[in-house]
Amino acid sequence: MSPRILHIASNTFREAVRDRVLYNLIAFAVLISGAAVLVGQISIGIERLVVVNLGLTAVSLFGVLIAIFIGIGLVSKEIDKRTLYTVLSRPVQRWEFIVGKFFGLAGTLVVNTFFMAVGVFAALLFVTRHFQSADGWILVALYFIVLEFLIITALALLFSSFSSPLLSAVFAFSLFVIGSFSEDLRGFAAMTQGATRWLATGAAYLVPNLSSLNVITSVAHEQPVAAQLIVSNTLYALLYAGMAICGAVLIFERRNLK
Amino acid sequence: MKPSRGTTVTVSLLLVGCLLSSIVLLRHIDSLRSRAPLQDVLYISSPRLLKRLSLGYDGLLADIYWTRAVQYFGGKHYIHSSHYELLAPLLEITTALDPHLTVAYEFGANFLAPRPPNGAGMPDRAIALNEYGIRYNPDDWHLYNDLGFIYYTELKDYVHAADAFARGSKVPNAHPFLRIMAARMAEHGGEIEMARMMWTTAYQSTKDSSIQANALAHLRALRVDEDVTILEKLVSHYLESTGHLPSSFYDLQAAGLLRAIPADPLGHTYKLMPDGSIEVRNPDDLPFIEKGTPPGYVAPPPKFLPSDQSGPAEN
Amino acid sequence: MAAIEILGLEKTYSVGFWRKQPKCALRPLHLSVNDGEIFGFLGPNGAGKTTTLKLLMGLVFPTAGSARILGMEINDPRMKAQIGFLPEQPYFYDYLTAVELLEYYAQLSGVPPKERRPRVLEVLAQVGLPDAGGGQLRKFSKGMLQRVGIAQAILHDPKVLFFDEPMSGLDPMGRREVRDLMEQLKQKGKTVFFSTHILSDAESLCDRVAIIHRGELRGVGAVADLTSSVKGKVEIVWQGNYIPAALKALTSECHLTGDTVRALVLEGKEDILIDALRRERLRIISLTPVRTSLEEYFIRKVKPSEAAAGVRS
Repeated sequence: MSPRILHIASNTFREAVRDRVLYNLIAFAVLISGAAVLVGQISIGIERLVVVNLGLTAVSLFGVLIAIFIGIGLVSKEIDKRTLYTVLSRPVQRWEFIVGKFFGLAGTLVVNTFFMAVGVFAALLFVTRHFQSADGWILVALYFIVLEFLIITALALLFSSFSSPLLSAVFAFSLFVIGSFSEDLRGFAAMTQGATRWLATGAAYLVPNLSSLNVITSVAHEQPVAAQLIVSNTLYALLYAGMAICGAVLIFERRNLK
Repeated sequence: MKPSRGTTVTVSLLLVGCLLSSIVLLRHIDSLRSRAPLQDVLYISSPRLLKRLSLGYDGLLADIYWTRAVQYFGGKHYIHSSHYELLAPLLEITTALDPHLTVAYEFGANFLAPRPPNGAGMPDRAIALNEYGIRYNPDDWHLYNDLGFIYYTELKDYVHAADAFARGSKVPNAHPFLRIMAARMAEHGGEIEMARMMWTTAYQSTKDSSIQANALAHLRALRVDEDVTILEKLVSHYLESTGHLPSSFYDLQAAGLLRAIPADPLGHTYKLMPDGSIEVRNPDDLPFIEKGTPPGYVAPPPKFLPSDQSGPAEN
Repeated sequence: MAAIEILGLEKTYSVGFWRKQPKCALRPLHLSVNDGEIFGFLGPNGAGKTTTLKLLMGLVFPTAGSARILGMEINDPRMKAQIGFLPEQPYFYDYLTAVELLEYYAQLSGVPPKERRPRVLEVLAQVGLPDAGGGQLRKFSKGMLQRVGIAQAILHDPKVLFFDEPMSGLDPMGRREVRDLMEQLKQKGKTVFFSTHILSDAESLCDRVAIIHRGELRGVGAVADLTSSVKGKVEIVWQGNYIPAALKALTSECHLTGDTVRALVLEGKEDILIDALRRERLRIISLTPVRTSLEEYFIRKVKPSEAAAGVRS
């Protein structure tokens, strides 16, 4: 692993951390956790449920927004503003640049998730007064959310390597929405026939499978998550993100920079 | 000067590798998830709340829930489970979001009403679902047919069944069969001919492959019941005339009572038992049969033959 | 040895969405730059200067041809470690400070960790920003950004430097400083290749220049050689309120302003005019060589039809 990738990653991290958009989004997510506390008090007995559901959903959604906002700028912003020229004129390979950017943003998101998670746990502690062992599964749900971020980041990076920031944002967000329903898409594909079936099945397997990464509801009901699922999901996220990054590298290697 | 070939090849191979592995892994994950617990499939269990949350995208959400219902039922069916708790809420949500999705009502009639292991065993909810459907689609004769179907098949309530068929026959463009059923039901409720007509209509009036397979299986069962009744009658006839039981079908053939060795709808010959009763060779392959099973036989959950799921009408 | 060898580099873009029209940004270019010289790459805006630099940096892929820098191929990392690039109107990461930025670049260029900080500070001082290291780049003025740009280019002590419009955005003091810097680089034995459309800079600095127009090379050579082919002019101002006919014939231009006359004569002919003025007992106020040589050459190469008429207006 070349040290340059690490340098690019930490520089990306530093840029992201200083960008104020980040803080606004985190603050908002923490706010939602706070709001969850209030909502939960309306109906006795389901406070925990609401806090976990709402809190984790907020972490997921806001994290995806952050991933997209920053991810789309990773490459296209650098090209537009020509910061890329001075980097690539140095002994940096184009693929190292892409990979470094990915790790930088991934790192940023992990740190973000950590802070937002603290907010959720604080809210949880507030309503339940003490933690239960079932709360450990919340950590698994958070881990899955981070895996989700990895996939979305890789996709944002992929789109950013060849299209404008706005289009990249649109594509990445659409894939996020479709990916959240990917299980249903596969079910739908199984119900069709002929050419539609081939197309639908192809699409269903290409789209990122975010639905099995969403265990928020089961965790809210204090149900465990199978170890097999944890392993499979981890592997899947790594493979899918890897695929998107390979795509980004292939495109970026060929791109003529204006 | 051009992008380095080494990098291109390596990265392309990596990409393809990741793609293929991710697809394989996805199939594995799906099989893990088919044992998913209750809440995951439903998310929000209140139909009214869901409708409000759907921001007007009811149709799409209804389709999604419908897909889930089919997958859920299909998945559970394959695993031979006898608990279908989620089917009713799934169908209720689907129809709350889109009351005009008639296939959902059909599905409910066929699979919500029957007792486990053939269905969810909730005929009352199936009836409620159907009446809801009729309220929103008063001119769809299929719904009345399905309603009558439930009353007849599961509840053996011939009066209400007749009433349902009668209501349906008044709908413009109703299948003429409905009037006949209304009339016959009142007089002959319970006979095999009645049942055969019901299942044939069920088969012909749907495009859903699960419902068709179900109907075919029932029709086969009716045939078996008929065959067994007739064959047992022949055996007792033989006993009367000769004073002893036949040892095989050849005896019956020799006595002029049978023309050929009888076989069930799947092509397997029936078995003539030493005590004169008739049994089918593979009772597990013929769900829904009420005659021709060995004593103490417990039917397993039905599995539909792959050949039934698609393809044109047989019977 | 040639520090830079350009062998038929060519770039054609296809423009347009449906029917792709080819647009030629650079016709096949053959050029070489020697070790240790300052080479000026001149041309009007849009001539293809930036395209050439981007091709050399590997930011854009050529349609045909190749180039070698220090004997190595364009995308060779070993070669890149020994070159520095200043792009046109550079822009940097908003939220970093100058020192952070330069340290980042030092990391990427492979400067050993212990040497990074001292080198960064040294270079900042060299470009005239000794105290600006701690401020965030988004607060820097254009001129300061330009200096940071130069700093990042020389940071890792490269052998060959490529500057795209290095003087842009700088006030006269700044330009002088950059010129001095480039001279210093030359004295250290570096090769400098820079593009500009300001001829006076090129004239004073460069050993050799090339002129490019509309993607095509129009002339290459040492400044002195190029300008010797075109005669310069000398401006003579004298006191008087009329222009004697005899004198007028010697000049190529004559203006009367108040009680002074300003005239232009071809280089070499000034002595004749001076003698004529003395004979007329006219008081000479000033004698100034008008160095338009390179400009003349440039105009001639860029607009052949007009220059042929020989009249400068």
